Amino acid sequence: MIRIDCPFCGLRDHSEFSYGGDASINYPPLDAPAEQWHDAVFLRENIRGRQLETWQHTSGCRMWLNVERDTVSHEIFAVWPAHRGYGRVLHAEKENTE
Amino acid sequence: MKQYSAWKVFKNGLTGQKDWGRAWRDPEPKQAYDIVIVGGGLHGLATAFYLAKNHGLKNIAVLEKGWIGGGNAGRNTTIVRSNYMMPGNRQFYEHSLQLWEELSHELNYNVMFSQRAHVALFHSPGARDAYARRYNTMRLTGSDGELWGLEQLKNEIPHLNYNDARFPITGAAVQRRAGTARHDAVAWGYARAADQLGVDIIQNCEVTAVRRDGGRVHALQTSRGEIKAGKVGFAVAGNTTRLWQMADLGNLPIESHKLQAFVSEPLKPLLDHVVVFGVGGAHFYISQSDKGGMVFGGDLDWYKSYAQRGNLPIVQDTCEAAMSILPCLGRVRLLRHWSGVMDMTMDGSPFICKTPLKNLYLNAGWNYGGFKASPASGWYFADLIANDRPHEFIEHFSLDRFTRGVIIDERGAGPDPKLHG
Repeated sequence: MIRIDCPFCGLRDHSEFSYGGDASINYPPLDAPAEQWHDAVFLRENIRGRQLETWQHTSGCRMWLNVERDTVSHEIFAVWPAHRGYGRVLHAEKENTE
Repeated sequence: MKQYSAWKVFKNGLTGQKDWGRAWRDPEPKQAYDIVIVGGGLHGLATAFYLAKNHGLKNIAVLEKGWIGGGNAGRNTTIVRSNYMMPGNRQFYEHSLQLWEELSHELNYNVMFSQRAHVALFHSPGARDAYARRYNTMRLTGSDGELWGLEQLKNEIPHLNYNDARFPITGAAVQRRAGTARHDAVAWGYARAADQLGVDIIQNCEVTAVRRDGGRVHALQTSRGEIKAGKVGFAVAGNTTRLWQMADLGNLPIESHKLQAFVSEPLKPLLDHVVVFGVGGAHFYISQSDKGGMVFGGDLDWYKSYAQRGNLPIVQDTCEAAMSILPCLGRVRLLRHWSGVMDMTMDGSPFICKTPLKNLYLNAGWNYGGFKASPASGWYFADLIANDRPHEFIEHFSLDRFTRGVIIDERGAGPDPKLHG
């Protein structure tokens, strides 16, 4: 069992989470050439090793998370909110409580 | 050439089974081959066999990083069927099933192909209609298909859960010519038959680098030295991206995911068919091996991975699905479970195609369905390599189908590899 340290809920089994996919993809602007959209939608680097990906805590807080994970050992190196604004709020709250 | 025969079985029975000899040679790699196939799985071995058999080519090597039958060839649930509907898939898988029907004779090796029927249960009028469309398409294109009502299904398989299933069974779509085969025997049969036609099968030989000479592959650096190659074919499901990137070709429309399979302790004959259950998010398939073990599987492990080991939540999911349709399995113990790494593609369909490099050919992206496809995959990949053009049956299994908008999305799930289970 992989355990993911959700920044909102704490350490949880990965069966509570659904998998998004490769978080390193930057979607191009809507009027970008079709080739750029083809690459973003269809092509994957498919890393064997440390990869940046998105997970959603579907059976918990339902927040989208960025996770840095090894795709062979499944070791998790970092977890943070996918939405930048939430990351800032979380950070500010921690500083306040400290 | 040493042919197996009933007479040999009898004769070796009298002499203590000591005179069988090896099934294939264990050659040292030569410095150069006309054709090198990377990947000694079912697809690679079948390709080498048909290159030699159908096209009369010599000087062929198959490179395998581990041992024959140790990858996905030995990590599947051995189901063979052709119930695909989309143009492109339909004729390809039907030809594959036809090759299966003669495979034991073709290879002089008993692959134990058992046409025990593939029974896909349905649980709602909508599912029945979708199956009717699919199986009618199959009947109109030279295959077989039947719809069973509840009475006929109860007659054929009396011990499914007809009483209190959460999703009551209302009937089944059936392909009688479908069934199972012994996966190891297929790998060994192809290896032996290819070897007898002069193919060098080189095990424990991992490709570590692809040497390019401009727009061509010049040689492969391997753990057993450098091997020059006239033409190169990749057939390494699960690790296609790694080889592709070794050749400096960028990214592919593939993600590697893992799929588990399970076998129980051996039981007396219990299930005569392959039974498939799919409703909502659940997905489950089961058959009984000739040794008596219940062989079954379910969904992907839901996230990308290169690990050849399965996770526990999927063990639970799959066993729950088993209990929901075959409650009689409740006290059966699980013997083993294993996991293979799949090339999951963006539309759930494979690639057998040319590549940006002139003498490099790609066979990849078999998703869940690689086992049943292996004879036709080898057949058409060999045809592609020998003639340097795709046969019309595989012309849509190309990498540029995504740019051209002719995706073959049998499941209608969209460009998300994990959904094409």
